[in-house]
Amino acid sequence: MGAAFDSITFKASLCDGCGDCMTSCSEAKGGEARLSIVPGAKAGAFELAICRQCGDPKCVQVCPSGALDKHAGSGVIGWASDKCVDCLLCTAGCAYGGIAVDASVSRVAKCDQCEGDPACVKSCPTGALEFRKAGSIFNEYGGKEDLFVPGLSGCQGCNSELIMRHAMRKIGRNAVLATPPGCIPGMGSVGYNGKTGTKVPVFHPLLTNTASMLSGIRRYYDKVGRKDIVVMALAGDGGTADCGFHAVSGAAERGEKILYVCVDNEGYMNTGMQRSGTTPYGSWTSTTPVGEHMQGKTQDAKNLPMIMTAHRCRYVATASTGYMEDLYEKLDRAIEASFEGFAYLHIYSPCPTGWRIPSSKVIDACRMSVDSNFNPLWEYTNSTGLRFTRSPDNALPVAAYVKMIGKYRHLSPDQLAHIQAKVDEQVALLKLMAAEAPPPPAAHRAPAGSSTPAGADLSQSARREIARN
Amino acid sequence: MPEAKYLLVGSSHAALEALRAIRLHDPDGSMAMLTRDAALPYSPTILPYVVSGRSAPDKVLLRDPGFFAANNCAYVPNARAVSLDTKAKAVSLETGEVWRYQSLLIATGAAPVIPPVKGLDGVGYHVLRTLADAQGLRSAMGAAKSAVVLGAGLVGLHAAENLAEAGLKVSVVEMQTHVLPGYFDAKASDRIESAFTQHGVELRLGRKVVEVAGPDCRVTLDDGSVIAADLLLVATGVRPVTDWLEGSGISLDKGVLVDDLMRTNADGVWAAGDVAQATDFHSGSQALIGIIPTAVEQGKIAGQGMAGDPYRKEYPGGLAVNTYRFFGRVALSIGRATATEAVETVESEEGGYRRLVLEGNRLVGVASVDQPFDVGIMGELIRRRIDLSQCKDAFLARPVETGRRLMSEQWR
Ligand SMILES: Cc1cc2nc3c(=O)[nH]c(=O)nc-3n(C[C@H](O)[C@H](O)[C@H](O)COP(=O)(O)OP(=O)(O)OC[C@H]3O[C@@H](n4cnc5c(N)ncnc54)[C@H](O)[C@@H]3O)c2cc1C
Ligand code: SF4
Ligand code: SF4
Repeated sequence: MGAAFDSITFKASLCDGCGDCMTSCSEAKGGEARLSIVPGAKAGAFELAICRQCGDPKCVQVCPSGALDKHAGSGVIGWASDKCVDCLLCTAGCAYGGIAVDASVSRVAKCDQCEGDPACVKSCPTGALEFRKAGSIFNEYGGKEDLFVPGLSGCQGCNSELIMRHAMRKIGRNAVLATPPGCIPGMGSVGYNGKTGTKVPVFHPLLTNTASMLSGIRRYYDKVGRKDIVVMALAGDGGTADCGFHAVSGAAERGEKILYVCVDNEGYMNTGMQRSGTTPYGSWTSTTPVGEHMQGKTQDAKNLPMIMTAHRCRYVATASTGYMEDLYEKLDRAIEASFEGFAYLHIYSPCPTGWRIPSSKVIDACRMSVDSNFNPLWEYTNSTGLRFTRSPDNALPVAAYVKMIGKYRHLSPDQLAHIQAKVDEQVALLKLMAAEAPPPPAAHRAPAGSSTPAGADLSQSARREIARN
Repeated sequence: MPEAKYLLVGSSHAALEALRAIRLHDPDGSMAMLTRDAALPYSPTILPYVVSGRSAPDKVLLRDPGFFAANNCAYVPNARAVSLDTKAKAVSLETGEVWRYQSLLIATGAAPVIPPVKGLDGVGYHVLRTLADAQGLRSAMGAAKSAVVLGAGLVGLHAAENLAEAGLKVSVVEMQTHVLPGYFDAKASDRIESAFTQHGVELRLGRKVVEVAGPDCRVTLDDGSVIAADLLLVATGVRPVTDWLEGSGISLDKGVLVDDLMRTNADGVWAAGDVAQATDFHSGSQALIGIIPTAVEQGKIAGQGMAGDPYRKEYPGGLAVNTYRFFGRVALSIGRATATEAVETVESEEGGYRRLVLEGNRLVGVASVDQPFDVGIMGELIRRRIDLSQCKDAFLARPVETGRRLMSEQWR
């Protein structure tokens, strides 16, 4: 696979100008900081000058000594101090102030991304600076086998197809997959004419019994000593939150060792875009039309992942393809947890056809849904409680999100205010849960002989995670 | 008869960028790079550092043979082009070899101009444009005690500094009344000049050489004074290398005339770099701007055109840029930094010297001494003609910070 690169990103709306990034950079590198935060156009706004590790770097092109070079593996533009003759031509090449004179040594200096562990990002208290690792994910998984056949018949730009392909690439061949009725089998993953569309064993349970069937499969594999197989579902929100809910809830309550992935496109899209229990308030669907008497759905969505935390599952998380590195980390943890108990991963999946968004805007919608707190990203384990994996603070107004999406086009100011209030309420509730996360519950070990998953023994990855925070 | 789909004549900045641009679009088409040099590619700009000994001649090469193999390009050294036949699409070399091409890039750069001074051709003088020149100057410098440099442009001043640092007694003769004319105004050049004087270099500004006599080099100036020295360096400017294009039908003025896609008037022939006379950003007419930033930009556009890359952009016009180090200090200049007429200028002498030149609330030039700024950012503000009226006070007071802000905003 060709190389893709990780990058430092800056969200100006989150920066409060504290300058901690500059301090930690100059500490890490010695000399002046290699990034600079400068006042923005409006009071209280800030901008950033930093090397963008360009794909077509002019600094490299104009350098007469060969001192600058774009590293083929990391994409970082490196500077060789022994070759550099201090001519400063590179500063004329860069349009962003990314390579500049460090007055303390009177030589140029530039960001080297701290060999993949940027000091500035770690010190940024607001989350304005981020190190996005989508490049590493691509390099690691891009060459791995795609476990679905080419030519699935999902709609153009379908985010659910993206989720399926990513998830199975990550999980690998050692899996048994259930895809209950919905877009996922509908686009051909269960197959046609006696051939499956998936390169792992796949079956098509009823909407109502997915989690029950998986329970049986897992128990059988346990019995024959095959403890290495990921037993999992890729299910829609209807099959999870509505008609399949009793089976999901039962399996979670029993602590079945299953990975249950809910791909939430907020409705029964496959059968003609009917509303489901997770369809948000105000949405147009074919059963919550917009007309004289009705202005979209009149009830609020149920928050299924929050409901799952009430089952004290081994692992519960929300994720979005707008934040791939977060999704991949959660897949890792969910897979691991599924060998110990019920693991539930809820992935938001904007539907270009049913939501009326251009297919080119699907990932933007994913991002925006997170950035506006419409879909906050968090995770829960029954030993560590709930924590946000992206800060819900400084969120954008939800109006910025709904205006991208056709199914909300009709919203009145009142309806919009209601949605914003619900979003705020939901975040407040989650914050409460995050604040009240239980201490490591060594004392709560379940009695011997209990089949309820114990909360005590943390997995290695959870330990690492706790240490990191 | 050897043949290449893409034939590049010259192996320096312009040609290397063309190579890169071609390969981005066409990974396979046959390609050859012909150069008069014996060495692998290097930059003339590195030569002062070869003279001073800071850079070893074998460490300044910009590409290795592996690069040419990987890019499927034949590198042909010792290949001086002597004529071009645009009808037959063929370039003849001094060796007698003839190369045929489908697309040709003329990137033969520039060479020193030797002024018509009486007696000059009778003495052994140095110039500085090739690696061989630099090595020659370095060894001559070791044996010499005094030197005269003709010309106080970039090349002359770099060499004068090298010679002075090596312990020679150095005099620089310049026709203009200030050093680096065109890049710096009098206040800026004053600072540069006094640094040279402090380092023992004698500057003879506003003076012409009328005669040079051998064997130990006696230089007579137009005021009758005579400087004796045992080393003479001629650095009175450069001229595009177009001698091999005489009679080819390629339109020439001071250099090879090109349009905004770097095409010459002949079918399948492009030109880029110091050899080309392309649009000047400010005047809009064709001018020579012999610096690396324009060479790489033009090389890229030419390469894209040669390969038929549909994403090529037109040349926005060249801006004069100078990043100059002298005795460890910094002098920078971009655009019309010395302009005085019909422009607004703001000078400051706090912690170094700075001169901002604006026209209708848009930046057109900046220069500074001892006060580094982001030359590339200022260049973008000039090129994009960014209206500064909303932030003018901030820009005039804190140009670096405000420039960074503006470009950060442009990025999003
Ligand atoms: C001492 C010195 C200092 C400089 N300092 C700076 C600076 O600080 N900043 C800056 O921007 N610029 C500087 N320059 C100018 C800069 O080096 C040039 O603008 C740049 O090298 C132009 O690149 P080019 O590819 O157009 O041509 P050149 O670098 O001139 O290369 C021409 C190429 O063509 C080949 N060639 C020539 N004739 C023939 C022929 N007949 N047949 C085959 N091959 C031929 C040569 O071997 C060479 O490979 C400096 C130049 C010098 C000499
Ligand atoms: S200052 Fe150093 S890195 Fe920058 S262009 Fe000059 S030689 Fe290259
Ligand atoms: S990644 Fe490292 S070098 Fe780059 S700006 Fe951040 S702290 Fe500085």
